Amino acid sequence: MTTAVSPATTAGSTSKATPPPGPAPVTMAAALNQALADSLACDERVVVLGEDVGTLGGVFRVTDGLAARFGDDRVFDTPLAESAIVGTAIGMAMNGLVPVVEMQFDAFAYPAFEQVTSHLAKLRNRTRGRLALPVVIRAPFGGGIGGVEHHSDSSEAYYTHTPGLRVVAPGTPADAYRLLRQAIGCPDPVIFLEPKRRYWSKETAILTQEGPPIDRAVVRRPGRDVTLIAYGGMVATALEAAEAAVEEGWDVEVIDLRSLSPFDDETLTTSVRRTGRALIVHEAAGFGGYGAEVAARLTEQCFHYLEAPILRVAGFDVPYPPPHLERFHLPSTDRILDAIGRLQWEDGDA
Amino acid sequence: MTTLAHPGEAADTHSLLPTAEPLQLIGQDGRPGGNPGTLAMPAPAILHDLHRHMVLGRRFDAQATALTKQGRLAVYPSSRGQDACQVGAALALRDQDWLFPTYRDSVAVLSRGVPATETLTLLRGDWHCGYDPYEYRVAPHCTPLATNTLHAVGLAHAARLRKQDQAALVLLGDGATSEGDTHEALNFAAVWKAPVVFLVQNNGYAISVPLAKQTAAPTLAAKGIGYGVPSLLIDGNDAAAVYAAVSAGIERAAAGGGPTLIEAITYRIEAHTNADDATRYRASEEVSAWLERDPITRLEAFLTAGGLLDDAASDALAAEAEQLAEDVRRQLNTDVSVDPAEMFEHVYAHPTAALERQRAALLAELAEQEEPAS
Repeated sequence: MTTAVSPATTAGSTSKATPPPGPAPVTMAAALNQALADSLACDERVVVLGEDVGTLGGVFRVTDGLAARFGDDRVFDTPLAESAIVGTAIGMAMNGLVPVVEMQFDAFAYPAFEQVTSHLAKLRNRTRGRLALPVVIRAPFGGGIGGVEHHSDSSEAYYTHTPGLRVVAPGTPADAYRLLRQAIGCPDPVIFLEPKRRYWSKETAILTQEGPPIDRAVVRRPGRDVTLIAYGGMVATALEAAEAAVEEGWDVEVIDLRSLSPFDDETLTTSVRRTGRALIVHEAAGFGGYGAEVAARLTEQCFHYLEAPILRVAGFDVPYPPPHLERFHLPSTDRILDAIGRLQWEDGDA
Repeated sequence: MTTLAHPGEAADTHSLLPTAEPLQLIGQDGRPGGNPGTLAMPAPAILHDLHRHMVLGRRFDAQATALTKQGRLAVYPSSRGQDACQVGAALALRDQDWLFPTYRDSVAVLSRGVPATETLTLLRGDWHCGYDPYEYRVAPHCTPLATNTLHAVGLAHAARLRKQDQAALVLLGDGATSEGDTHEALNFAAVWKAPVVFLVQNNGYAISVPLAKQTAAPTLAAKGIGYGVPSLLIDGNDAAAVYAAVSAGIERAAAGGGPTLIEAITYRIEAHTNADDATRYRASEEVSAWLERDPITRLEAFLTAGGLLDDAASDALAAEAEQLAEDVRRQLNTDVSVDPAEMFEHVYAHPTAALERQRAALLAELAEQEEPAS
């Protein structure tokens, strides 16, 4: 985790963080650490709090070194109670701070659900815009790391169903940096879902917040035949599937949603109207899942352009399975290719 | 002798415990109370203010209850009987401190200076709290139980981090002490030494459930020791005691001493709300007994005996209260003007494209309805 962290900027400085000299290999965890460090350095209102985020640096080491560098008043361990972590962050934001909260694991964020849905998401509206809550809740989400029960949930649909929240999920290290900087700078509360299976994936990149804004999807791989929609940990899987699809004669466009809420209708409908076929992939259970909303919206907006029903490749409708079974549950490149094959191809289409 | 305690564990438990009997500055008969403890009697000018705000608050409360019967308020949870808690708490705050009220604390909100109609906006059936929280340092009424305890702790902790001389007071009831958030808030406040005061208005009931079914603790104030929070048990119908206790809590908070838990013993004279029927769960004799312990009568007796209140002043105050009630009636007897387009305005800092489309669709739908049939 000490690799690829650029030289420290002065704590408490209000100047812009010094960009690293050039593209360098960086893991997603290191990129997130850098985003937190740069936000803490650039804005003295930013505080980082959560369980084990101080001395330990977080169980995934995303906050490594931040307490030592910025002090215990900026980066601090909390007692172990998730509702209180979010509830007090709301109070801190009311009093001028920009709290960045870490939930240790997706499923451990559930005790905070009332604070998130009844207060964090609603207080701006409840006060006719007077009370802004620029709180970021970071939560590692999804499976693929052989975690025991309650360590691999994909809880995005609970949050995307709540008006007032923004929900984002990065798929690459560079985007993890960009999106986290943007989330911390955003006046709305943001649920920031970190694909834990990609924490150690590397990318050679310059970390910058310039680029697509927080609410836009990006085309990760252009293609003509089918739009493959993914986010978070499934972006890399989708890209692998797209490469494998070349052998089958399919030219797959991969879209990384980045922002789950709000949804970037423009980028998505433009792509699907062009390709005429769409497939959504996510780890979460399919029933009532996020992919259902994507399929419904795109059907409403692209019906006359579609060559086939929009399909979903999702986790099964079962509680997240234990380590020995998760490989059967998680969407794989094979399962994605199989679904692409079911998009009613006729001779000459591909 | 070696100790088994972990670092941070302290043996001084005695100083955290509340007294066995509630502290009291003014007795039920209006004479000096029998158990003042460490509480300091407020100055005459403050006693005057407490009395004035209680009389105004009581009239406001009665008027609000009446307005529910006329359909002008969607709901009103009365605080009649808890007048001393409502007013004593609000007046003990300094200008820069924050009040975190619940739905039953309209009189505290009013006493803090929020105009009457803005105080009642939410209960009138609007979607927002009516007032600007920053203008009065009053958080929006909190409807879920105990969740605002955490907001108060967070705001107070931020004040400490930012080195601002500022404290928070959160109001909660006996029922709310069973909620997990109350426990988390007391714990966080103690660990962080947050400048916050918790005032539990123990009115004996959580809607219909009596205290005996709510807790097995000897008193609610006794819970403070479990978190390392010093606690006070007070007579909640003694406005002087409430004012003095909350003031002491704010003083401790401002001096860096951290949180205080206060349990005030009081009683809810009215039902839970206008929609509740209290005769289903409590005897009218019990209510009559508490009517005898009226907080306003008590302070009036004390002031009169001390030559601090005469008939002329009482009459003038009664007239002021009638004027307030008349203003509330007049202002609330007009229909609320609602703008459906505003539903979309404050969900996010800037409405999303999807919300803009939904707003346009709603406006088109309304425009269509308004067109005369051809």
